[in-house]
This record gives sequence, structure tokens and C-alpha cells, in this order.
Amino acid sequence: MTALLYILLAIVVAVAIWQVASILNFKSAIATEKDNNTQGILFAIFGVFFYGLMIFSFVKYSVILLPDAASLEGESYDTLYLVTMVLILVVQAITQFLLFYFAFKYRGIKGRKALFYADSHKLELIWTVVPAVVLAGLVLYGLSVWVDVMDPSDAENPLIVEVYAKQFSWEARYAGEDNELGLANVRNIKGINTMGVDMSDKNALDDIPVRELRLPKGRKVIFKFRSQDVLHSAYMPHFRAQMNCVPGMVTQFAFTPSLTTEEMRLNDKTIAKVDGINKIRAEKGEDAYEFDYLLLCNKICGSSHYNMQMKIIVEEAEDFNAWIKNQKTMAQVVQ
Amino acid sequence: MSDHHHKETYITKYVFSTDHKMISKQYLVTGIFMGIIGVFMSMLFRLQIAWPDRSFTIIEAFLGNHQDGGVMSPDIYLALVTIHGTIMVFFVLTAGLSGTFSNLLIPLQIGARDMASGFLNMISYWLFFLSSVIMVISLFVEAGPASAGWTIYPPLSALPQAIPGSGLGMTLWLVSMAIFIASSLIGALNYIVTVLNLRTVGMKMTRLPLTIWAFFVTAIIGVVSFPVLLSAALLLIFDRSFGTSFFLSDIFIQGEVLHYQGGSPVLFEHLFWFLGHPEVYIVILPAMGIVSEIIACNSRKPIFGYRAMIGSIIAIAFLSTIVWGHHMFVSGMNPFLGSVFTFTTLLIAIPSAVKAFNWITTMWKGNIQMNTAMLFSIGFVSTFISGGLTGLVLGDSALDINVHDTYFVVAHFHLVMGVSAIYGMFAGVYHWFPKMYGRMMNKTLGYWHFWITVVAAYGVFFPMHFVGLAGLPRRYYANTAFPLFDDVADVNIVITMFAILGGAAQIIFLANFFISIYKGKKATQNPWKANTLEWTTPVEHIHGNWPGEIPAVHRWAYDYSKPGHEEDYVLQTTPLKDGEEES
Repeated sequence: MTALLYILLAIVVAVAIWQVASILNFKSAIATEKDNNTQGILFAIFGVFFYGLMIFSFVKYSVILLPDAASLEGESYDTLYLVTMVLILVVQAITQFLLFYFAFKYRGIKGRKALFYADSHKLELIWTVVPAVVLAGLVLYGLSVWVDVMDPSDAENPLIVEVYAKQFSWEARYAGEDNELGLANVRNIKGINTMGVDMSDKNALDDIPVRELRLPKGRKVIFKFRSQDVLHSAYMPHFRAQMNCVPGMVTQFAFTPSLTTEEMRLNDKTIAKVDGINKIRAEKGEDAYEFDYLLLCNKICGSSHYNMQMKIIVEEAEDFNAWIKNQKTMAQVVQ
Repeated sequence: MSDHHHKETYITKYVFSTDHKMISKQYLVTGIFMGIIGVFMSMLFRLQIAWPDRSFTIIEAFLGNHQDGGVMSPDIYLALVTIHGTIMVFFVLTAGLSGTFSNLLIPLQIGARDMASGFLNMISYWLFFLSSVIMVISLFVEAGPASAGWTIYPPLSALPQAIPGSGLGMTLWLVSMAIFIASSLIGALNYIVTVLNLRTVGMKMTRLPLTIWAFFVTAIIGVVSFPVLLSAALLLIFDRSFGTSFFLSDIFIQGEVLHYQGGSPVLFEHLFWFLGHPEVYIVILPAMGIVSEIIACNSRKPIFGYRAMIGSIIAIAFLSTIVWGHHMFVSGMNPFLGSVFTFTTLLIAIPSAVKAFNWITTMWKGNIQMNTAMLFSIGFVSTFISGGLTGLVLGDSALDINVHDTYFVVAHFHLVMGVSAIYGMFAGVYHWFPKMYGRMMNKTLGYWHFWITVVAAYGVFFPMHFVGLAGLPRRYYANTAFPLFDDVADVNIVITMFAILGGAAQIIFLANFFISIYKGKKATQNPWKANTLEWTTPVEHIHGNWPGEIPAVHRWAYDYSKPGHEEDYVLQTTPLKDGEEES
């Protein structure tokens, strides 16, 4: 790989020097008919390269993409994404074809006069109205998904979890029996009370602080995000979920996990991706990797931004309930 | 024009010049110099992304105490991406592009002897120069330059405890940008006044070349939005230095509660993007103007839909000021605002689509002259479409959730505003080099430069979309902390190799540019057989541009291949024939 790099570099430098030397008697500046011909053909070839690169990338890189969405909201996200992507690719394929084809087809010939064609209200009307209509559809569709995702107010018995960000780790707090989070402020941070929970608030006593995030399948989870120092962003790509954590305010995002960690490990796309990863890891002599959901930081936050993560486990509701029962509440932890 | 009869000294002619043509060259050369720094930085951090554990002599050579045995530190990595973004967006693509071509072309294409105020124009350049110097000095601060990202979101940018670059490095960044904004405002006011007041006889607004329309509207956007960034920067300076709480609240860092209370980082995001989004149009509109002019001239055809092109420039400018929130869909602002911004954002796709279709139609049945400038213009249309289309994903609040701040965004904006605008700038340089330096650039080198660049740019940014779709966040020093991302490592290596190829190709441009200044073929008065006024001035620069009277204008700028004319171009100064209709 490196050798190839140096070879490419060497070629570029050689060409540069050779060309620089040859222009010291600098004559050619304006494209001749021969240039028009060569460059026009090059555009046709480039067009082929361009489509080749697109197709190659889609085939070769499809395996590295995120597997199927692991939340109900994520499923509608994926459909919207697919519709948008198909539209983009159709427009891309047509317009780029026309561009390179015209560059090739209408390359200059001496003596030919171009068509004097300055205006066509009909054409312009078409390509104003058609995009407008298509975009209107896309906006409406997109907004219906957006409103759906962002408004969890109609959820029945949601699980309330606070996700707490700091340089460079995550913590979390479940709302406990009363399903209501106690107040908190960084001014209350003291010793083991690392999230600054206000212990004088009775809602706080049954809250459950954890370092590992577990979620039940099939129940809406409403996340409340806080940060104690700088901006962070809680990014959970497998659930198609992201929200910034902002010091001084509480932000919110919600989704309903639809696949447990175990189920996701058995998903075809996950298996293909994990196989690919493990092949690479084996070559480097590293341990095999097993799939897990992740929460990672996606807003620049300092030196270890690149390593600010927390594992997420999605499990069946009964397993989750059993687990959470065994966790210590704030009252128990602080005393 | 009082200095018409002065004897020019070296200082007044080459250094403190008030002549717009000289100032334009000063902008260009300063922009190129800053561009070299910005691109070189991207090479360094691409090495880090591709081979995070490997040691490089070049990193050891350039990064001093910010590296250990040829491996850069995480802090300097963030500093490099920060300064790369700042330099490329503001110093190269704002000052270098708009500053160069607005200065060169506004007086020449509207038929004016100079800018409305040559003195302010000179001040504008020297403030830009000063801000560049301060930005470069900030690179040598011991704790490192600003490293909170080019968007400098507080609290990270406000607290040296959070990242070392937020100390003196950030202070210098803010001072530099404040001066830069002053420069930009003075320049923009000058452009607006000049276009409105100094057009020659017959140069109606509806006869202006699209370059001028683009520069004019760009200047207006700048005047509307840059002051907001200035106020954001000032308030941030207050928070940093005088203990105010505009953007900060409830902060606990390094075991200590800070006194800040009641401020909001989200407010900063609003203020920043109120400039930040129009800024991408400040960058791209001049490139669009340049490309419109070059595509028409080299296709030997009138630009298709001249009035629609003006209309879409104005529509884009207007919409650009009400879409900033699409950078903040997941910032914690009210989701209803997200809906509104999705709507306005996708609206902007309509005038953009009109422009793209009009460029393509301009080439249809043309007689395309494949000059280097034309190649870059075709490249511009291609990358603008490729990059613009993915905007449909990012501008849609629902879809933005999962790709926000990933490499998908990096790929999108590099194609649509980075690469496109740079292509526009290259096109402009190749096209107007004869006007600037009285000589021609070499075409063979130009062709090599174009083809290597265009293959490399797509080689970098096309695969990068997939890295983003794999979920890899941007601004990660290394992706080794996540086995999940082990399979993007190979893609990153491919991207880095193309990046180095593309970076190296710019050496060809630099060689061509600087050698041509001295050794290029002497230019003729109108080498590209164009219609616009600048090609009626003498090749040798004279103060005041035209030796005699300023010529009067009788037609629009796009009478190429007009039936009833012998040649395939008709200068704007040519009177209409009997019975000839103006297009």
C-alpha cells in the first residue's frame, strides 16, 4: 500500500517537473481543435470512470454500512432514507450523464457555429415546477417522520432514562419506581454523587445510577440528556438516534428498541459486517469482535472525544426488570 | 482619481496600492499562500486518519512538541482540522475567491475606473493580510492553536481547561476573525456601492454579466450576516475574558464548579450559523458567477435563462438567511423549529436545480472550447450536483438525525462548497490570468492539473459518504477505539491516498501559476473571444483601466453565436445593428 503511495507521488512529481521544463518555451495557451477533441473524449472516459466509481463503491462498501435499524422509529427512518436515496441516485445518474455527454458530443469544431438559444420559458417552468413538486412530497414525508420521532408525548408507560455526558465518559440514571427523575445540578456534585443529583428532592431517592445502559425491548424509552462540561452528542447509530448534550439545559430524544442485542447479532447484515471486521482483526492478530450496541460521542469535546463510549444492551422486558431490581438506588448509593 | 497624475513609487504601486487590479492580485497570492497551509494540514491529518499508529517523519518534522516519535497528539489533530476549516472557508474561499475576483472584475466588467473607494479597498486588503498573519502566528502558540472545530462552539472554545487550544490559541483565532470580518465588511460595502453607482453608460442591471450579479449579491449577504458572527465572537470574548455568561451555564470541570449561570451554548450556535450558513453561499455564489461566464464563453452560446439565473441568485441569497437551523436539528432546539428549517432548506434546492439545469442546457448544441477554465467549470457543475443532492438527506431533519456530524456531512459539504468553490476559483484564475498578469497560463499543465484533481477529488469524497453511513463520527483522532469501525480503516486508506494525489497535483498548478507570471506567452487583448468589457482594456495595466473614454454598452454580455453576426461573439460595446433585437 505504502509503496503504491510513493509510486503515485513519484509519478506526479515527475510529470510536474517534466512539464515545467517543457514550458520554459511557453507557447500553448488556448485550446485548439485537437485539444477540444482529446478533452471531449476524456470527459466521456471520465463519465465511465465516474459511474464505475459509484457502482464499485455501492457494491464494495455496502457491507460496512450500519445494519438494519434496531428501533421502531429507526425503521421508518430507513424507509425514508431509502426513498430519498433512490431519488438522489436517479437525478444524479441523469444529470451527470447529460453533463459529460454534452461535453463529449459538443466539443468544439472549427467553423461550426453554436446554436443561439438563450431562453425557453417552457423548459425553465418544467425544471422549476418538477423539483418543487418532488421536494414538496419529500418535505411532507420527512416532516411526518420527524414529528413522529420527536414527539413521544403519547407513549404509554415510557421508561425514563437520563444520559449524562462528561469529558470523556457517559453515565446514566433511571427514574426508578416513580418513573420521575429527581432534580439535578452540577453544583450538587460531590463524591460519589457524580451526576449532581439533588438529594433533597424526594423524586431523586429512588433514581438508579448506572455505568452501563440496559434497555427493554418493545417499550418506549425517553432519554433526558445532560452534560456537565462542554457540548457532547449522544449518538446511538443503530437506533437512528442522536441528540446533543448541552450544559445548562436538558435535551430529549425517544425511541422504542425493537431488536435485542442477541437478535441483532443474528441479523444477516450484522453477521456479514462482523465477519468482515473479524477477518481484518484476525489479520492484525487481534481478538474476535462480538457485536454490541453503542452510545458514542458525536460532538467535538476534547482530546479523548474519539474514545467516549458506553455499551448499550437491549434485552427482553422481563430480563431488564430483573436486572434493574438488583441495582442500587441513589439513596442507597449516597448513604 | 486624484492619484492619476502621481508618480507611482514601488510602495504605492505594489504594496499600498489603491488600484483594484493590484489589490485583486494581492488577494489572490495571499489566498494561495493560505491555501497551501490549509491543504498541507489536511494531508497531515489524513495521514493520521489512515494510519493512526504509524510514525511519519513529516509529522515529526512539522508538529514539533505536538507529536511523539512521529505520531501526532489528539489535541493537535483537532487543532489541524479546526485551522484547516477556518483557513479554507474564510481565508481561501471567501477572501481568496471573492476578494480576488470581485476586485478584479467589478470595475472592469461594469466599466468603472476603479472601486468607489480605492482607499477603503486598500484598507480591506491590509486588514485581511493582518488577520492572516495573526492566524498564522496562532499556529505557533505553545499550547497549540484553536482546536474546538471551525465552528468554535462554546463551552469547549471558552474553557482552556477543556482543551489546551482554547487558551491563547483561541484568543488569537477570535482576534484574527474579528479583523477578518472588518476587512470583509469594508470590501463588501465597496463592491455594493461600486456596482450600484459606477456602471458605465448603457450598463443596465439587466445587462450585467452574471459574475457581477453574483459578486453583488454575495456582498449583500456578507453585509447582512458577517456582523452577527462578529457579535458572537465579541460575546465569546466577554465570556472568556470578562466572566460574563452569554453562552455558558452550570459547568463542572476538573473537579470544580465554574461561576457561569444562565447562558446557553445553543444561542451561540444560532448566532454562528446565522453567518455560517450564508457563508457557504458567500463562498459558492462567486464561483457560480464565474462558472456561468466561463461556460457561456467557452460553449460559444448565450447563458441559458439569464433572467432565471439572476432570479435564482437572489432567491438563494434570500433563502440562505433563513435556513441556518438545519445545522442544529439535534442541538436541542425546539423540534418545531426543525420542521420550519427543513421546509426552507429544501426550498433552496429549487433555485439550485434551476441553475444546474441551465448550465447543462447552455452546453447543449454548443461549440465547446476545451480551455482549462472550461474543464474546471464542467467539474464545478459535476461536484455541485453530486454534493448538492446529498443535501436532500442532511436538510431533512428526520434523516439528519443519524448522519449529523458523521463523515457523510464532511463528504457532502466538501463536494458542494469546498471542491466546487475551489474549481470555480481555478476556473477564474485560468480564465482571467491574462487580464491579471498580461500573460497566459500553460494549457498542457492545466489539463494535467484538472484531470488529476478531478479524479482525486471524487476518489476522496465519494467513498467518504460510506464511511459516514457506517456511522463514523467526524473529528475522531482515531477510530481504533471501536472494533465496530475496523472495517472502515481500509476505506480511509484509499481516501488518504487520493487526498495525497490531489494535494500533490496542486504543485502543478503552483508551478504553472508562478512560472507563467514571468514566462507565460504574452496575452492578446481578448484571448478567449469574450463579450465582456474587461477584454476591451489594454493588456498592460493602466490606472483608470481605459486610456480614453470609458466605452458605452449597447447589449447584454451573452451574444455568442448570434445569427446575423460574422464572428461568434459580439462585444458588449458593439451597437445594435439596424433591426437587431436585444436578447
